[in-house]
Amino acid sequence: MSPYAAKLAFRHLLSHPGQTALLITGVTLGVTVFIFMSALIGGLASLLTLRTVGSIPHIILERPDRDPAILSEAPNVQVITQKDLSRREQIAIWQPAIPIISQTPGVTAFSPQIRGAAFLERGQAIASVGIIGVEPGKLSAMADIDRAIIGGSSSLPPDGILVGSRLAKDLGLVVGQVVRLSSDRGRIRSFRIGGIFELGIASADRQAVYMNFTTARALFDLPTGISRIEIKVEPAIDAPNIAAVLRRSTGLKATAWTEDNAQLFEGLDAQARTGTIIKAFALITIVIGIASAMLLSIIRRQSEIGIMRAMGASKTLVVSIFVLEGTLIGLAGAIAGAALAWLALAPMPPVSEVQSGGLPIDQAQGDFLLAILLTTVAAALASVLPARRASRIDPVEAIGS
Amino acid sequence: MARVLKGIDLAIDYGEMAALLGPSGSGKSTLLTILGTLMRASGGSHEMLGIDLINASEKQRTEFRSRHLGFVFQFHHLLPDLTALENVMMPAASAAGRETSAMRHRAAELLNAVGLADRRDYRPNALSGGQRQRVAVARSLINEPVLVLADEPTGNLDLASADKVMELIRRINEATKTSFLISTHDEHIATQCLRRIELFDGRIAD
Ligand SMILES: Nc1ncnc2c1ncn2[C@@H]1O[C@H](COP(=O)(O)OP(=O)(O)OP(=O)(O)O)[C@@H](O)[C@H]1O
Ligand SMILES: [Mg+2]
Repeated sequence: MSPYAAKLAFRHLLSHPGQTALLITGVTLGVTVFIFMSALIGGLASLLTLRTVGSIPHIILERPDRDPAILSEAPNVQVITQKDLSRREQIAIWQPAIPIISQTPGVTAFSPQIRGAAFLERGQAIASVGIIGVEPGKLSAMADIDRAIIGGSSSLPPDGILVGSRLAKDLGLVVGQVVRLSSDRGRIRSFRIGGIFELGIASADRQAVYMNFTTARALFDLPTGISRIEIKVEPAIDAPNIAAVLRRSTGLKATAWTEDNAQLFEGLDAQARTGTIIKAFALITIVIGIASAMLLSIIRRQSEIGIMRAMGASKTLVVSIFVLEGTLIGLAGAIAGAALAWLALAPMPPVSEVQSGGLPIDQAQGDFLLAILLTTVAAALASVLPARRASRIDPVEAIGS
Repeated sequence: MARVLKGIDLAIDYGEMAALLGPSGSGKSTLLTILGTLMRASGGSHEMLGIDLINASEKQRTEFRSRHLGFVFQFHHLLPDLTALENVMMPAASAAGRETSAMRHRAAELLNAVGLADRRDYRPNALSGGQRQRVAVARSLINEPVLVLADEPTGNLDLASADKVMELIRRINEATKTSFLISTHDEHIATQCLRRIELFDGRIAD
């Protein structure tokens, strides 16, 4: 690329400011769309992941399955296996696991829980609920119950429970009311509604009932063991690896959230593909725009090109001039588009604070450098064919006309 | 394909100034184009400075053209985005890939010689037709060619401007011993050249 080619390319672009500005504006808009799509698709993925993993445990530790494997001697013997229901689904000795868990890298919070099924009765109304007994201070370790409280308080005295908004609506429950819980172990006790929460997750808001750890022990006849340990990790996407570590170090069954959310990943994948297609179209538009503009410019400047060739300019020089012009338009448009997108996306709230109904646009996922790079390369490629055509112009024909 | 030129036998000496005359369609432009290596003759031989140009590669011909030949056309064909000075430099800068101060210096001298020293930073659209053609003459000389091929260089000019351009060419021819081959329809122009070459239907008449 000779300095003279650069000079002629710059000179031509600057000599036609209106036309140059129009072309650059076109590229700018394409690049803005590209970056906007990246930020939106990335932000949507973040939001969905955040919403999904925000209120659920990332890893659940439970008692490993101990049903014996069947060693059948003869292949023609039919064996029917049944789950051994004589033992309770509990982690009998759980205290030794606690220091191991809290020292595992990536773990940010954990919560030993007593879980069980129960019927909640108020007068004639009855509903089946899932009891979650949590240790004091660990109420919001998994789902942020403290922030979800819409009535009453989140404190958990021995006779208090927290119920979800849908359950409260179904049974007409209000704060302060007394209800009866009968557990699947046959125990029946009365509780006062201490608070009502709304997580925005239908199943939790309809079925979950939080209570004090010690109270739950009594209700479910579990003097020492617990049902499970729920764990939060950071980043959430590392859950499968951390689960594998915990499985080895504690000997417990460890289930990562990703195993139960394959659909989410499929959805995110499809969304990312859609984004890629839209971005590709933005690039194609830029390529077509630049290629056709260069072609028109070359047809208009045939005699100029002819005279240069007649006076000793090489084909390489002619190709360089036009490829450079196209590339400069692409680069200028890319930078302008990136700047425009950056300014437009700057006031967007972080994804974690997006209100429902608002678009989750994540500036950090805007792919600014990629957009600039791809656009510049696309612009250079778009001008190669027109430039080669220019270099093949026959000087005699061009000058004669 | 019809033959345009037939049995042309022409030698041009160093420092010669020749007029190429002939009716429209007689083959003047075609002859200049072939001599200028912009088109290859379909047969015969074409030699200049001892170099065989018929059998030379396209690249060698481009290089030869840039080093040893100058062109002036009926239409000035100046590049509209460049100033007069930059236009004069163009053939040299194209070959070198850059503009140098030596080129700038020489181009300024040439503009001075064609009487346009005060117009060096004007673009072509701010010059008169005669001025543009004088810039084109200056441009043809930037690479110090041995031969300048001029195809009706005054065809677009009024009488006064045409005389000025011809006088300029004569002066340069005398001062630098650059050869000129100038096609024209104009007897008045032809009389200012020392040699007359007349074409009729693709043949040289005597
Ligand atoms: N590209 C071409 N293909 C075929 N024939 C051509 C081409 N260019 C010119 N000719 C023919 O060659 C002959 C000579 O044309 P040329 O342009 O050399 O004439 P000329 O003497 O320069 O005429 P004028 O004085 O009108 O400029 C004409 O008969 C013309 O039709
Ligand atoms: Mg002609």
